[in-house]
Amino acid sequence: MSTLALWRDKLSYQPLSLAIIAMLTSGALALSNQLTHDGIRQAEQRDLQASLVQVLPEGFADNELLKDTMKIAASDGKAVTLYLSRQAGKVNGAVFQVSGRGYAGDVVVIIGIDASGTLLGARVVKHQETPGLGDKIELAKSKWIRSFEGQSLASPPAEKWAVKKDGGVFDQFAGATITPRAVVKAVKGGLEFFAAHRQEILEGK
Amino acid sequence: MDYRKIVKDGLWDQNVVFSQMLGMCPTMAVTTSGTNGLGMGLATTAVLVCANMIISALRNFVSPQVRIPVYIVLIATLVTVVDMALNAWMHDLYRVLGLFIALIVVNCAVLGRAEAFASRHGVLASALDGLAMGLGFTLALTLIGLIRELIGAGTLFAQASLLLGANFAFLETTVLPNYGGVLMMILPPAGFLVLGLLLAAKQHCERRAARAASTQLPAAAATAACH
Repeated sequence: MSTLALWRDKLSYQPLSLAIIAMLTSGALALSNQLTHDGIRQAEQRDLQASLVQVLPEGFADNELLKDTMKIAASDGKAVTLYLSRQAGKVNGAVFQVSGRGYAGDVVVIIGIDASGTLLGARVVKHQETPGLGDKIELAKSKWIRSFEGQSLASPPAEKWAVKKDGGVFDQFAGATITPRAVVKAVKGGLEFFAAHRQEILEGK
Repeated sequence: MDYRKIVKDGLWDQNVVFSQMLGMCPTMAVTTSGTNGLGMGLATTAVLVCANMIISALRNFVSPQVRIPVYIVLIATLVTVVDMALNAWMHDLYRVLGLFIALIVVNCAVLGRAEAFASRHGVLASALDGLAMGLGFTLALTLIGLIRELIGAGTLFAQASLLLGANFAFLETTVLPNYGGVLMMILPPAGFLVLGLLLAAKQHCERRAARAASTQLPAAAATAACH
């Protein structure tokens, strides 16, 4: 131990020991990344699958949505990934994510739309809104998000696609207008995106 | 090594939150419910035990001049590995805890124990210290979380079955049904409020104990001499 104590105070020992530790930890990270990579990917796919199924009625699709995707560039240049729902090989709807600017960061909503452009369902998958006020957009907290089901750009008409405070048909919550406004705007944007690319989407790939 | 003292220090005398006032960031951020506090506490305990053991095992090889970067690299690696392993193999738990795991890196209680204890003591004592400090942290977080949850939402241990498995569903209780909730208790300020009140309560207990001891001075002096 005494030789070790002597070595430890040498200037060259310090960077060397730091380098060895850094190399060992990098190795440990690389190894655990290798080991967990497949598991994490599978778990994320399961999560995505679970959220896709939520916005479609039971038995609506007979294909595997996760494996049936297409990408379309939106007007802002970002590519939107669409998960296509098929019945006997024919596209009968699509599921994709839209987002709107909420009170605290983006609110990400996943929506399912059928071939005619009617909303089948919407769920908030990610948000940082105020707990107790803005989080009523989650299905676990309130049924509000279900009020979108069955709506389309034709009904209610485009100018009524807003919260009641702005003259629209969708409820806002006491103390929180910005959050539901963001969700309504995001969902409406999704419907418009679908309408603009409807032909392309219904043809499948 | 006095193992009983290590345990007592960790749980009460040197409690991470109530005495050392370390790890305030996770304490305020996650104690919105008892379940969250418990989850964060247990995850931190696991990291504390592992970090203390590794650092204690390496203590003779690390020169004092570079010890802090070495500890930080080791702790960050450990937390990242735990994060990846939970994400891959215990994904349901990860969905509940995921947000908190990365926060453990910035919990200065972990680095604090490495510096103050593990770098000076053997592997076994360091593991016990990590366990005791971790459980003390868990106790504090669960207590703060339960108080905030009870006043804020009227429930206790909501969603505990998501964290601990279906067998623990009995923990979930609704104390006040149809309770409107007090929003402020769920928001960050109430974290400080509840912590402040608990600190005052702990001080009060300790002062009373000290006063009781000083009135029986001869007896206390006799015990002190024994130690």
